[in-house]
Amino acid sequence: MKIAVSAQGKTLDSSLDPRFGRAAYILVVDTETLEFEAFDNGNNKNAFKGAGIQAAAMVSDKNAEVLLTGFCGPNAFQTLDAAGVKVVSDQSGRVIDVIQKFKQGGAVYAEGANKDGHW
Amino acid sequence: MIISIASGKGGTGKTTVATNLALSIESCVQLFDCDVEEPNVHLFLNPVIHKKEPVIAPVPRIDLEKCTFCKKCMNICRYGALAVLKKDVLVFENLCHSCGGCFEICPENAVMEKDRSLGDIEHGSVKGIAFIQGRLSIGQVMVPPIIKKIRSYTDPNLITIIDAPPGTSCPVIAAMNKADFILLVTEPTPFGLHDLKLAVETVKILGIPCGLVINRVGIGNDEVNRYAEKENIPVLMEIPFDKKIAQIYSRGEMIIEKMPEYKTKFQNLFKKIAQIVGKKEGGK
Repeated sequence: MKIAVSAQGKTLDSSLDPRFGRAAYILVVDTETLEFEAFDNGNNKNAFKGAGIQAAAMVSDKNAEVLLTGFCGPNAFQTLDAAGVKVVSDQSGRVIDVIQKFKQGGAVYAEGANKDGHW
Repeated sequence: MIISIASGKGGTGKTTVATNLALSIESCVQLFDCDVEEPNVHLFLNPVIHKKEPVIAPVPRIDLEKCTFCKKCMNICRYGALAVLKKDVLVFENLCHSCGGCFEICPENAVMEKDRSLGDIEHGSVKGIAFIQGRLSIGQVMVPPIIKKIRSYTDPNLITIIDAPPGTSCPVIAAMNKADFILLVTEPTPFGLHDLKLAVETVKILGIPCGLVINRVGIGNDEVNRYAEKENIPVLMEIPFDKKIAQIYSRGEMIIEKMPEYKTKFQNLFKKIAQIVGKKEGGK
C-alpha cells in the first residue's frame, strides 16, 4: 500500500512535518518495500492560499491511500475525503517510526479536520 | 475630486472625520462607506435608503460529463480554489477571486460560470449628501468587488468622500486606489504610529498625495508629529482628546452640529486638501 507522509526532509529519517499543506516535502512510501519518492512541496509551502487543497490533490495524484500528518485543515480534509484518501492526524516523530507504527495496525482514521482554516 | 479616508490602525476616527467632513462641505458631496465588513456611517447619519442591489461575482461550476481532468484549470488558479482529482473536481468558492482564468483555459468548455452573491450595496441620501454603502454577506470573504461596485458610482461632478476600511490589505487598496487625496487619520500612540507607517508606505506605492488628521491629541506622545515632519506629510487637523467629543460620538451625533466651531475646522480641512490637490493638478 502507498501512503503519504508530510516531512521536513527528503528521507525516511527526517522528522514528520506537523503541517500538511505547507510541509516542506511529501514522501510517498510503499509500506511493503519502504521504497519511496520525495516530492518537493515548496510551491504549496509558499502559496498565497489553498496550500492544503493543492497538497491534497497531489497526494491523490500519487495514488497514496493514506496520509500520515500532524495537522490537517478543513479544505485539505475535504479534498482528501473526496479523493478517497484516509487521514491519520496528530502524528509526530521520525517518518520511519511513524510508518512502522502505522504498519503495526490499529491506526485511527480522522473523521474531520483537526485544525481550523487559515485566513 | 475623490478623498479617501484611511488609517492603518482601526478605531482612530475615520468615520468621525468622513461624516463630519462630508456634512461640512456644503455642496455636491457623495459619501461612500467602503468598510463593507462593518459599515457604520449609517449609524451616525441615518440615511434614507431607497435602492439596494446585489454584488455578484462568478465562480466556476464543473461539468463532469465534459471534464477530462486535465488539470489546466487547477494549474492556472493562483488562489488554489480548484482541486482536480481522478474522478471529481472540487471548487472552493471562498478562495476564488473570480479572475475568470479557469473559464478561459478549459479546452473542453467544461467550466461554467455560476453566480455567487458577495453582498449588497445600498443607495440612499441624507442632508443633501448622496450616500452609498456596501455590506459583505455573512460567510463571504471577497471584499474588493463590493468596493469597486460602490466606486463605479463615482460622479466626477461631485466631491467623493470614501470611508475606507482599516489596515493595508486588498480592501484598503480598493478604497484608496485612484483617489486624488488620501487623508490618514491616526492617534498619537505607539500603536497609531506603527500602523500609520504601514499606511504611509502603501500610499507611497499608490503615488497619491496624503495628509494627516491626528485624533485624540493629548494622549500618547509627539512621535507621530515628528514622524510626519520627517516624512514631509502635512498635519492638516488635530482633534483633542476631549470628553465632550467622545460623548457626542457615543450618542451617534455629529461633532459639527453639537460643537459648531468644528464646522469651520472641517471646512478648513477641506480647503487645505483642495489646495494640495489643486497644486498637484496645476503642476501636471
